[in-house]
Amino acid sequence: MSGIAFTDVTRAFERKGGAFQALEPVTLHVPDGEFVAIVGPSGCGKTTLLRLAAGLDHPTTGSVMVGGRAVTGPGPDRAVVFQQFALLPWKTVRQNIGFGLKCRGMSDAEARPLVERYLATMRLEGHGDSYPHQLSGGMQQRVAIARSFILEPEVLLMDEPFGALDAQTRIEMQEELIRLTAGQRRTVLFITHSVEEATYLADRVVVMAGRPGSVREIVDVASLRKAERWAERPVEEVMELDSFIRIRTRLWRLLRSAGAHRDDAATHTLPIAS
Amino acid sequence: MTMDMLAKSDLRPVRRRRGPAVGPGARLTLLSAASIAFALGLWFALAASGLLPKMLLPSPWDVAQALVKNIGVPFAGATLQQHLLASLGRFSAGFALAVAVGVPVGLMMGWFAPFRHAFAPFFETFRFIAPLAWVPFAALWFGTGIGGPILIVFSGAFAACVINTYRGARMTDERLIEACRTLGAGNWRLIVDVLLPSALPSIMAGIRVAAALGWQSLIGAELIVASSGVGYLIVQGQGSVETPIVMAGMATIGFVGLLIDLGLRQIDARIGRGWRAGA
Ligand SMILES: Nc1ncnc2c1ncn2[C@@H]1O[C@H](COP(=O)(O)OP(=O)(O)OP(=O)(O)O)[C@@H](O)[C@H]1O
Ligand SMILES: [Mg+2]
Repeated sequence: MSGIAFTDVTRAFERKGGAFQALEPVTLHVPDGEFVAIVGPSGCGKTTLLRLAAGLDHPTTGSVMVGGRAVTGPGPDRAVVFQQFALLPWKTVRQNIGFGLKCRGMSDAEARPLVERYLATMRLEGHGDSYPHQLSGGMQQRVAIARSFILEPEVLLMDEPFGALDAQTRIEMQEELIRLTAGQRRTVLFITHSVEEATYLADRVVVMAGRPGSVREIVDVASLRKAERWAERPVEEVMELDSFIRIRTRLWRLLRSAGAHRDDAATHTLPIAS
Repeated sequence: MTMDMLAKSDLRPVRRRRGPAVGPGARLTLLSAASIAFALGLWFALAASGLLPKMLLPSPWDVAQALVKNIGVPFAGATLQQHLLASLGRFSAGFALAVAVGVPVGLMMGWFAPFRHAFAPFFETFRFIAPLAWVPFAALWFGTGIGGPILIVFSGAFAACVINTYRGARMTDERLIEACRTLGAGNWRLIVDVLLPSALPSIMAGIRVAAALGWQSLIGAELIVASSGVGYLIVQGQGSVETPIVMAGMATIGFVGLLIDLGLRQIDARIGRGWRAGA
């Protein structure tokens, strides 16, 4: 039992000249084991929502529950993959991947086989003793994913994890993620700017609108994915399917109107770069 | 105290120009050498001109002679090496203590707000009290034992360690702290594995400043309390109006101070060589 439930969540930030409403009441339920992607215009509150679930931030009003318990801070049941990797520059790839295990009091000897397994899974063999700055962006992101996955969290919170990757690495990472999440049932909240990525990965895609942030529409993909066995086919093949293209186009339309909605609002509220 | 001014990193803008075979680095070294040669020359000329009596300004030659002589013949009860060794021993003890206490205190201040608020007022006040002001109490509390000089070196070096560590810790990337918290890191892990390495460049800068301040304050303290040491050598030189030996002592202090700093720079360059990208 590890669903995420946002109920009437708002978040207002203190700003000069009063509070800035980043989220208007948002209610969103991610059932146990579901993969939900969030798309929406820049600044619409996606990261804010994810940070609330991670326990790195607290709602102004409303409640955030994970696995039936109110979120009060970061916890071992939830892992976060940040857009900027946030690896420890002074630790080797091995040490970065094993960091969470060490925090749990596991000895190096105990952690070692697990770390080696994830090095292999993420195709990082031969780089275990490198430092992050010696890796490419794609490799760094794989380390960031490995250090989260190794903890076998029930909930995965990912904020544009593949945003910095080139197209090819990105596709590889998407397939990898499907593989990794298919094994164990995991609840995933996945933020992305890519409509294709959302369609390919998610059971449901949440389209958000901005200023203040709100859920505009939720698009179901799971039934099609299951019926057409997307998970077992390569990305490029899935992307050519009519069903895929239909969903993608629908999401684009929704996003476009969400963006228009935002532009209307922007005349009332000064947009500040996020 | 001058630690604020001094505690900056060694990073200089790298200028790359296409040009003559002699690179800018070599040219700058040449400039330094020329400048030293010029200063020495000026000193020689001034001393040789006879404008000032020999006692007021001994020539470099006299100083060098006094220095070499003191290596073989004891002055004020000890040879130069023995004086130096005594000074270095006291310095090392006080300096090591300042680092061993100052760095953890700085980290704690960087991490725990209550700790910060509890300690900050003391540092704000104590850092204005020159280490020499502790001499009377050092003498009263410790007599002529090793404790007095250690206290004085400690009081000179401690604040620089604390303040630079604290500042470095406060500059730690918030995103790294958050990431590690989501991975389950507690306070101890965050301090040891995130704050400390992140603050390391600042800590090393602070340690270098602390070494300089500690070394200075020790010599000052020896002017008053010690019975051996380079500071003591200088006082005895003054007493017997042996100005060349006074200057030889001064030169020794400056030169050894430089060596200490060079050594610390070497350590600084070695730490984190693997992960400090490019730097
Ligand atoms: N700590 C903060 N203080 C003040 N305002 C904030 C803070 N964090 C976020 N905001 C504001 O809240 C709004 C939502 O920010 P958020 O980072 O959640 O957007 P986002 O949807 O993740 O955008 P992007 O797609 O560009 O990452 C933005 O207008 C941002 O300026
Ligand atoms: Mg964001």
